[in-house]
Amino acid sequence: MTDIRYLAPQTLDEAVGAFAAAQGAARILAGGTDLLVQMRAGTVKPGLIVDIKKIAEMTEIAEAPDGGFRIGAAVPGATLAEHRGFGKAWPGVLEAINLIGSKQVQGRASPGGNLCNGSPAGDSVPAMIAANAMVTVQGPEGRRTMPVEAVPAGPGRTNLKPGEIVVSFTLPPRAPGSSDAYLRMIPRTEMDIAVVGLGVSLTLQGGVVTAARVGLGAVAPTVLLVEDAAKALVGSRLDDAALEAAAAACRAACNPINDKRGTIAYRTKVAGVLLKRTVAIAAARAGGN
Amino acid sequence: MNVINDKLRVEDNKWIGTRTVRPDGADKVTGRATYAADNTMPGMIWGKVLRSPHAHARIRSIDTSKAEALPGVKAVVTAKDIVDFPLETSVMLGIQDMRWMCRNVMAREKALFHGHPVAAVAAINEEVAAAACALIAVDYEVLPHVIEIEDAIKPDAPILHDFAKFEGKPSNIAGTMTAKLGDVEVGFAEADIIVERTFRTRPIHQGYIEPQACTVSYSADGRATIWSSSQGQFMVRAMTSLLTGVPQSNIRAIPAEIGGGFGAKTIIYLEPVALLLSKKSGRPVKMVMTREEVMRATGPTSGSFSTVKIGAKKDGTFVAAKGDFYIQAGCLPGGPLRGPVGCSFAPYDIPNVLSVGYDVVSNRSKVAAYRAPGAPLGAYAAECVVDEIAEKLGMDRLELRLKNTAGPGTKAAYGATFGKVTFEETIEAIQNHEHYKAPLDRNPRPGVKRGRGVASGFWYNAGGESSAQVNITEDGNVVVTTGHPDVGGSRASIANVAAELLGVDHSRVSVLIGDTASIGYSNLTGGSRVTFASAMVVTQSAEKVIGQLKERAAKIWKIDPEAVNWDNGEATPAGPNAGQFPPLTLADLAAKATETGGPIGAGVQLNTTGADPGFATHVVDVEVDVDLGIVRVLRYTAAQDVGRALHPSYVEGQIQGGVVQGIGWALSEEYLYDKQGRLDNAGFLDYRMPVCSDVPMIEAVMLEIPNPKHPQGVRGVGEAPIVPPLAAISNAVYDALGKRFYALPMSPPKVLERLDEV
Ligand SMILES: Cc1cc2nc3c(=O)[nH]c(=O)nc-3n(C[C@H](O)[C@H](O)[C@H](O)COP(=O)(O)OP(=O)(O)OC[C@H]3O[C@@H](n4cnc5c(N)ncnc54)[C@H](O)[C@@H]3O)c2cc1C
Repeated sequence: MTDIRYLAPQTLDEAVGAFAAAQGAARILAGGTDLLVQMRAGTVKPGLIVDIKKIAEMTEIAEAPDGGFRIGAAVPGATLAEHRGFGKAWPGVLEAINLIGSKQVQGRASPGGNLCNGSPAGDSVPAMIAANAMVTVQGPEGRRTMPVEAVPAGPGRTNLKPGEIVVSFTLPPRAPGSSDAYLRMIPRTEMDIAVVGLGVSLTLQGGVVTAARVGLGAVAPTVLLVEDAAKALVGSRLDDAALEAAAAACRAACNPINDKRGTIAYRTKVAGVLLKRTVAIAAARAGGN
Repeated sequence: MNVINDKLRVEDNKWIGTRTVRPDGADKVTGRATYAADNTMPGMIWGKVLRSPHAHARIRSIDTSKAEALPGVKAVVTAKDIVDFPLETSVMLGIQDMRWMCRNVMAREKALFHGHPVAAVAAINEEVAAAACALIAVDYEVLPHVIEIEDAIKPDAPILHDFAKFEGKPSNIAGTMTAKLGDVEVGFAEADIIVERTFRTRPIHQGYIEPQACTVSYSADGRATIWSSSQGQFMVRAMTSLLTGVPQSNIRAIPAEIGGGFGAKTIIYLEPVALLLSKKSGRPVKMVMTREEVMRATGPTSGSFSTVKIGAKKDGTFVAAKGDFYIQAGCLPGGPLRGPVGCSFAPYDIPNVLSVGYDVVSNRSKVAAYRAPGAPLGAYAAECVVDEIAEKLGMDRLELRLKNTAGPGTKAAYGATFGKVTFEETIEAIQNHEHYKAPLDRNPRPGVKRGRGVASGFWYNAGGESSAQVNITEDGNVVVTTGHPDVGGSRASIANVAAELLGVDHSRVSVLIGDTASIGYSNLTGGSRVTFASAMVVTQSAEKVIGQLKERAAKIWKIDPEAVNWDNGEATPAGPNAGQFPPLTLADLAAKATETGGPIGAGVQLNTTGADPGFATHVVDVEVDVDLGIVRVLRYTAAQDVGRALHPSYVEGQIQGGVVQGIGWALSEEYLYDKQGRLDNAGFLDYRMPVCSDVPMIEAVMLEIPNPKHPQGVRGVGEAPIVPPLAAISNAVYDALGKRFYALPMSPPKVLERLDEV
């Protein structure tokens, strides 16, 4: 009975204009794999839908001459998987995005939607944080950039200002000896939501970790950057003591709830387990020894 | 009739036992199959149910005036419109008591669970109907609620029903059932070893993909037509009649293609409500449940709280077994006590047995049947205790079972004295299977442990009422009509039987499901009975048709009907007339039907008997990730006596399906409630049924030991396979970890918690 208007602008300016003008009654539509589900369930009832998939910048994957990447916020997971270079540079980010849903969902689901949906369990977010990705945001007051970890504000909430749209993710160039990985714990083997999700990005030189970032999901109201875990890894040869210290840092960072998906004790313990397993994969990919 | 037809010797079969193309396949894979929600009618309007927001509340009053005044609203019904079955007198339809059914389809004195229907609206579209529901004012007196069995049976628990008394006092134990043999006290006194353990399981949902849906059109002349999917159109007709007061003769129930039921669709929720809405509005009314409504308000199966005690001699001989099974009924009486009480110890020859079931009500949706109702709960407890006894006696787990198997003449505690028993064969099949003999790499990687478990199971199986009609079309083909919705492949099996008996090509046989006006009464598709019973009535109908065909040929040839043979789809002169006339095909005889006596066809209606019980033995290998607590099933082999596999793919499908549902039950599925008594996981994301990648290919070992009481040797196969998995998987997890679990599901947090216990 309620009318919904639908717009599919070709430019960002139009999109931001319409989005801002609707003053909170509008929703951005990327793949719609969250939005349409929420509309069906009656939890969101937008008066205006602004589809951003017709905006070139938001569906592009651009590789910079220095090896960095800029990914449009609305690029579907399947498109990213088909890109020649991206998975080589960022296998962890790619595997995190490709874990979202199923084949069908992959044809639509975007990293921008995953981030802006604000779920602490979004799979791509810990990997993006580990990757030190920056988002470019455009709103009525122009453009700004912010680190991915600054976007989530709590379950279902972001720090985007009214009328702001996430335009793209920028991933930095990779130093030699770098790689990343993402693992999640789900009770099923697929079609499930992370009970804990963990992304690690590492740079190794001569077997010593020279740089590390750890993103941890589903254990707190927002996805976390665990700096203490990174500190424990940097300078180490990934010996047991360093791994245990990093795992302990992940456990300490947890601030989970008891809910139908897992207990506090379970989530906390698993965060440490996943840290060790994810680091091992990232290190192997980095060619570390 | 009770002999295996000579002409159906396995080695001569052309169609029976082959994997013919399924009759419903093309429509299903191309999206043409019409399920219940696919029906639409001119003038049709939409019905929606208003459900209780409280787990337990007295309904002081319901004011529907604002809803009725909303433009577009055509009718509103409440419990006042449903036939009331007073609490004093039980009125049964099969195993369903109408006192509970009338209160289940619409809350009467009290709302008994979160999601209990309290009113329903029909309006021009779903949105208006939903808006009207929101305008209905219900004055509730909220009462304390109780969800779990152990809380419900405490002395100070909130009591759901004043009429339910246990040991003379108001209680949430609404009834009991006992099976007794010998004297357990005497038996336990003779035992050298006794193991007694307590087990818990959670309610789980059948998880059919198709939500309940119906369209009902009530005409000005007082006749109603119901389109819905169910496990029995005759049940739909009878129950709707009882709950609405419309005589059965005025209701025609047309079965839609069904998208799964697993027992749950042996009762109804929407049809009587839609009929009353249609009657009030004068318009056809369609109602479709959402997945959330299905999860919240249709029957899952019971959770349980059971204590099983088994005593054995040093040599392994079982001397006594005792079981106390507290079974969740949901909000109204009627939990599946017969399953655990009768089936738990039935595979074994035990002289002293005492099995008691307790029907426990609490503020949850009323349970509905689920594949071998209740039997998996009992077998879980009993088969885990058997495993422990084997371990304590240092005996091989399967040898211990073999030593105690029931045999011909064994009296089961539930009352039956067995004839031929094929339990031993299932154990031996597993013993001899490559899977059971294969070595198991117990520690394939750091942090990973593997184990192997076995368990057995029993299910009664059933016969009962079935009707069939076999007609020869004017162009000489065959149409078979039965009265059973086809949930598990009965059309494919029946097509094989009809083609075999009539000697015609399978492509010339169509098998259809009649509505309540076009075929005789047929009981539910349930109890593993349909292929057994309908093959029997179809066989008898086909034999009558063959008799008619011989008579027609005899008439044409002017010889005695006895002197005609029916072979390979043709009549040939036999005996002294052999070779005198060219054969007459089905098409020839159909073309001459009018001259030779009229249409050719015959039907049979029977109360079928001779459905002997089913036995199964399973072996499973599991792998446990000890740091995450994840249990995965690596390999699963299920051996079962299937009688005769009329269509092997469907028999395998039944066994595989039952096992997979058992895997979900053991490892991941459970109903979770919040503190307010609301179901917290009313959807497939957080109600974790296994997905394809969670399970390996299940190997079904079909033991074809013909049931001598059936014309093709058929034995029910659909339910026995869900009985052993719970215990088999539990026993395997123990084998892997050296720690026993006494509660299901063995989900990752619970496994990790147990592993961390010192
Ligand atoms: C069957 C199924 C399985 C799923 N499995 C997973 C899973 O395994 N892991 C997981 O993390 N998620 C899962 N999801 C959730 C969902 O697919 C992901 O979150 C996905 O990344 C959302 O992307 P989208 O493009 O479809 O977002 P949309 O639904 O289009 O948008 C999501 C939200 O973000 C807002 N939004 C979108 N883009 C922007 C933007 N550029 N700027 C500002 N706001 C924006 C929208 O307004 C909306 O509120 C699953 C969903 C389904 C239906």
